[in-house]
Amino acid sequence: MSAHQDGGPPTAGRGAGDRAPALEIRRMTVSYGARPVLWDVDASFPAGRLSAIVGPNGAGKSTLLKAALGLIPADAGQTLVEGRPVGAARDRVAYVPQRDAVDWDFPITVREVVEMGRYAPTGWFRRVPRRDAALVDDCLERVGMGDFRGRQIGQLSGGQRQRVFIARALAQQAPLLLMDEPFSGVDARTEASILELLAALRDEGRSIVVVHHDLGTVRGAFDHALLLNVRAVAEGPVAEVVTRETLARAYGAGADAVGRDAGEALSWAG
Amino acid sequence: MSDDLTIILTAGLVATAAGLLGPFLVLRRVALMSDAVSHAVLPGIVAVYLLFETRAPLPVIVGAAVFAVVCVIGIDLLRSTRLVASDAAIALVFPALFALGVLGVTEFASGAHLDLDATIYGEIAFAPFDVWAFGSVEVARSIVLLGAVVLANATLVALLWKELKATTFDPEFSRTIGISPTLLSRLLLIAVAVTAVTAFESVGAILVVTMLIVPAAAAYLLCDRLLAMIAVTLGIGWLSAVLGHTVALRADASIAGSMGLVAACCFVLALVLSPKYGLLARALQRRRRRREVRAALAEAHAAR
Repeated sequence: MSAHQDGGPPTAGRGAGDRAPALEIRRMTVSYGARPVLWDVDASFPAGRLSAIVGPNGAGKSTLLKAALGLIPADAGQTLVEGRPVGAARDRVAYVPQRDAVDWDFPITVREVVEMGRYAPTGWFRRVPRRDAALVDDCLERVGMGDFRGRQIGQLSGGQRQRVFIARALAQQAPLLLMDEPFSGVDARTEASILELLAALRDEGRSIVVVHHDLGTVRGAFDHALLLNVRAVAEGPVAEVVTRETLARAYGAGADAVGRDAGEALSWAG
Repeated sequence: MSDDLTIILTAGLVATAAGLLGPFLVLRRVALMSDAVSHAVLPGIVAVYLLFETRAPLPVIVGAAVFAVVCVIGIDLLRSTRLVASDAAIALVFPALFALGVLGVTEFASGAHLDLDATIYGEIAFAPFDVWAFGSVEVARSIVLLGAVVLANATLVALLWKELKATTFDPEFSRTIGISPTLLSRLLLIAVAVTAVTAFESVGAILVVTMLIVPAAAAYLLCDRLLAMIAVTLGIGWLSAVLGHTVALRADASIAGSMGLVAACCFVLALVLSPKYGLLARALQRRRRRREVRAALAEAHAAR
């Protein structure tokens, strides 16, 4: 089937032009002990698109992002950003970790968190230059958090925290955003408004890859998807990836038997 | 310089050196590291005594520092295996080193006079009697040594401010922007080890362990920003030094003990009275909330 990842060039979608894929993952294999969490995963996320990594719990979605960035050791695999090894393209990638990766009681303000997006270009030992202040404020305004800049981060709701993380990623001015489960524990309305923001960022030419657990919103909101369950089950334009047949393969046949998640998924796949 | 001033200044310098690092230890949840170091230095002191037959302060500090660094790096390595939890890693490494030291004392040095209290764990009351002469000026050795440590720590924290902040707050993100959390953790812990060892020798272990953690823990309850937290930590440290000294004179009690108790009192005050996060503020807030909810519910039911 056409959507299946076969190592060939990514399916060209609207407006992809001939830019190199924003993110290419080759043969990524990660194990915890003797148990493979990811096995020989190839994936190619087109530039200028909003892409989702979907799959059941334990499919290795977050692991794939972390391994791609070298945050966890991989047994094998290679990551290319705009055709270059990820190690040589750090400034082209902004990573948005899961919200529970940090201590929200930390004595730090919203603005200080966003300012961290400027740390890499500033370089070691130096203070963030004054000329970056306007950029940091712009990023805060962009995500609608301008009024909260002086707040300690613990006073924010889940959706607001996610916005702060996105603002930090924007401050990095990287063309590729990698987001780990930005919508977990966020209500539907907040999710919709953040998705709107991501779509706007995509329309400006950014490439965005989101680890996502809700198949319900994948079809409407995303352009491209990787369906993952330890292996890459399918990859391509969303309409070709999120189908009854591929979901059955990712979530196991007989969706009724595997629970609500897959059942919902199949109903969405129509 | 008067003896009292020397003692207060010595304690204040310990508070400063420790207070620059303590907030990072508290925020990284490795507060017990200071306790670990205070025990782990013993084999270093014994080794120096056995090898060089000396109890002179500088060789002792160097020997102790070597083992303090072995201790903190050992703990960090053990933590990074992810096979033992952070607190367990601390609890595993320092008893082993302390045991090694005890073995050294009883096997080889028991005949010699290696008075542990006097050697590792200095006494702040004696700080004024140990002076170095610079030309015609005499300065207490503790002030010179601790002043150097304050300078080193201030330089470290100022130079690596944003790196320490980023790796303490969000290590994963830091790695993606090329700031190694492991490297920063090691640098911080080495600074803690050197600070602790230098200060042990002048003022004793209890005061060092207190100044590394207690003011920072109190400041954590009072502050919403890291820079403010460090400033408040230093303030509480100095307050403990000055007030503790006064208390000790009045009550004719241990100076280090009094300073430690004042610091502990500061923490309890912050715990209860912190305007935002204190127990009292929390209780009042809960009461207000309950009252509001009850009023709202009553209104809703009345309207039905």
